[in-house]
Amino acid sequence: MATEILMPALSPTMTEGKLSKWLKKVGDDVKSGDVIAEIETDKATMEVEAVDEGKILSILVEEGTEGVPVNAVIATLGVAGETAKAVPAAAPKAELPVAAPKAAAPAQAMKPEHHEIAEPSWGETKPTTVREALRAGMSLEMRADPDVFLMGEEVAQYQGAYKISQGMLDEFGPRRVIDTPITEHGFTGMAVGAAMNGLKPIVEFMTFNFAMQAIDQIINSAAKTLYMSGGQMGCPIVFRGPNGAASRVGAQHSQCFASWYAHCPGLKVVAPWSAADAKGLMRAAIRDPNPVIFLENEILYGQSFDCPVSDDFILPIGKAKVERVGSDVTIVAFSMMVDVALKAAEILAGQGISAEVINLRTIRPLDVATIIESVKKTNRVVSVEEGWPFAGIGSEICMTVTEHCFDWLDAPPVRVAGLDVPMPYAANLEKLALPQPNWVVDAVKKII
Amino acid sequence: MAVTQDKPTKRTRKSEPAMEKAELLGAYSTMLLIRRFEEKAGQLYGMGLIAGFCHLYIGQEAVVVGMKHATSEGDEVITSYRDHGHMLACGMDPKGVMAELTGRAGGYSRGKGGSMHMFSREKNFFGGHGIVGAQVSLGTGLGFSNWYRANDRVSLTYFGDGAANQGQVYESFNLASLMKLPVIFIIENNRYSMGTSVERASASRDLSLNGSPWGMASLSVDGMDVMAVKAAGEVAVAHCRSGKGPFLLEMKTYRYRGHSMSDPAKYRTREEVQRMRAEHDCLDAAKKMLEDLGVSEADLKKLDDDIKAQVQEAADFAQTSPEPELSEIWTDVLVEGV
Repeated sequence: MATEILMPALSPTMTEGKLSKWLKKVGDDVKSGDVIAEIETDKATMEVEAVDEGKILSILVEEGTEGVPVNAVIATLGVAGETAKAVPAAAPKAELPVAAPKAAAPAQAMKPEHHEIAEPSWGETKPTTVREALRAGMSLEMRADPDVFLMGEEVAQYQGAYKISQGMLDEFGPRRVIDTPITEHGFTGMAVGAAMNGLKPIVEFMTFNFAMQAIDQIINSAAKTLYMSGGQMGCPIVFRGPNGAASRVGAQHSQCFASWYAHCPGLKVVAPWSAADAKGLMRAAIRDPNPVIFLENEILYGQSFDCPVSDDFILPIGKAKVERVGSDVTIVAFSMMVDVALKAAEILAGQGISAEVINLRTIRPLDVATIIESVKKTNRVVSVEEGWPFAGIGSEICMTVTEHCFDWLDAPPVRVAGLDVPMPYAANLEKLALPQPNWVVDAVKKII
Repeated sequence: MAVTQDKPTKRTRKSEPAMEKAELLGAYSTMLLIRRFEEKAGQLYGMGLIAGFCHLYIGQEAVVVGMKHATSEGDEVITSYRDHGHMLACGMDPKGVMAELTGRAGGYSRGKGGSMHMFSREKNFFGGHGIVGAQVSLGTGLGFSNWYRANDRVSLTYFGDGAANQGQVYESFNLASLMKLPVIFIIENNRYSMGTSVERASASRDLSLNGSPWGMASLSVDGMDVMAVKAAGEVAVAHCRSGKGPFLLEMKTYRYRGHSMSDPAKYRTREEVQRMRAEHDCLDAAKKMLEDLGVSEADLKKLDDDIKAQVQEAADFAQTSPEPELSEIWTDVLVEGV
């Protein structure tokens, strides 16, 4: 019986890829482990191995085809004349956690549905992925200031575990784009020491989960030294990398650290959502003379947004953005949850409820004024975060609103947060653990 | 350079002394300043004028002073919480250091740091760190910045035998060796990490070999002999400045006082401390060398009097400098105005 070879998912967040090369042709015999094709994702080019033995009966996707969805049939294998059964090709060996092939999700361009909020105009925009925007932000600053450099695991020769730093080694050379061993505590301390001596390091953590190894240097050394030195010795440094849940990577790789870092005086904490957020805030973070925690999201890396192309484009740290104007309720979110909030607002609009959505952009210092101004208008607030509820950012938002505009509230503030459990691996349980648009809809309807 | 346990410092001294008379007098003077300063700090602590943690450097003075004489202006210094001696050796003003100990506005951190947290951008002193071992990675970063800027500076990264067991120390050894960073790692082995003797804390019987997996050049040094320290320091500095990467110095030293002011020191005998003071004191040894070189007892007495006066001046300043303004509590959390 013939088997179908399916387009494999090569990373937890891959939804489609380019079939760049076939290494076998119709009629070739293959056995288990043979490399049959090369597939290119936005992160890497990887080899696909055959799982079963047999003869290539047909090739259904020509090499060079882009945007092949995960789980599409790309070839069939067996003996001539057989019927086919679906079996995915083996996911290749990789350093990054690899998910089993799963139902293809359509690639989404997450564009804000409403553009009526006036920000200073930065002129021409073009569709840009968050990944490209982060890279552009770093590269622009590195061109302008020789004291800025990037270090971390796999940032140079490997071109970045998530390809954020792709091409930067070529442009800036090995002195400014530096591969480190897997030694977060040591290289974080080293970068903080370099910052105390006047350099401006960008430290990439492969994920913020690994930064826990280094959290002593981030808090005790980077955040407190300015104060302990009576203002003599600052620490101009950016700690950046993916934060929170990606997809199916389990409890130790899926935690949101926003409230951990936001708790500490001496740090600024930034969490971009769109490509413009990523580019504009990255530049501001690098220029800031203080230590900045820059929380990215792996799922957002490949998503496209309109982003200003101007080389002068920058966003201020500490300023939120109203992504959608509304009058009945204020929904406050950051990072990936801005998308969840906007989807919820769209559903609510269909039900006659007008929701205003605030993208925090910066968590500390919190833009209290924008939140309060909105709540004074809508009289209701719902916070949305993917992190845990206890002592989370939502607690801070709700208390801030209570302190500043209690008399304007028509209902108690409500939190939507990730479930208070370590992240489960199973697909259905993981989905259950992270806020969905309907959770936000339900939360809003409880107070309206 | 191969890892070695040699003590070339002693051989060096036989052939030519590491310091001539004038330099030795200067080194003795700095060691004496540290000794008298620390004695005064102990006194002020007893009077309740200094509070919290206060770790005295008495006994170990030859280490920082010898290294100071082996290095140049611009070389960075970073250490742990037992940091008063390092600051004075770097040329920081005893008044500012003592006023920080008393938590006054005239202190180096305007009273906001305390004994363990003082810094001087001007003197290239980078603290003053209270988390055991953290300064080792930070000091590696100081060396990194010299490598990045391709200047000629060397980072002097001090830590104790206790910190020598921390994981990030070995992460730093690896990074510094891998990148050939100009860092001199200086273990001040005073035999006790708080109350635990080095034998009870480390399976490594020779700390000077702790960098050997990374091929780090090293020396074990008599840290009670300021000339030996300087000679070894010069070997290490030459190694680092020539681009060969980091160097490890184990300074065998001893602290006469407790780990901190609240340490009853039950883990060692009074006789052990007395023997070290009587037979290995760095000041006694330097003084004897100076007498042999013809420095008169009257000159040495005058030096002692001058230093006592300088320390008394620092103590007076530390008591008369006002406490910081209450508004200071909100300053220096972040660099503002950006």
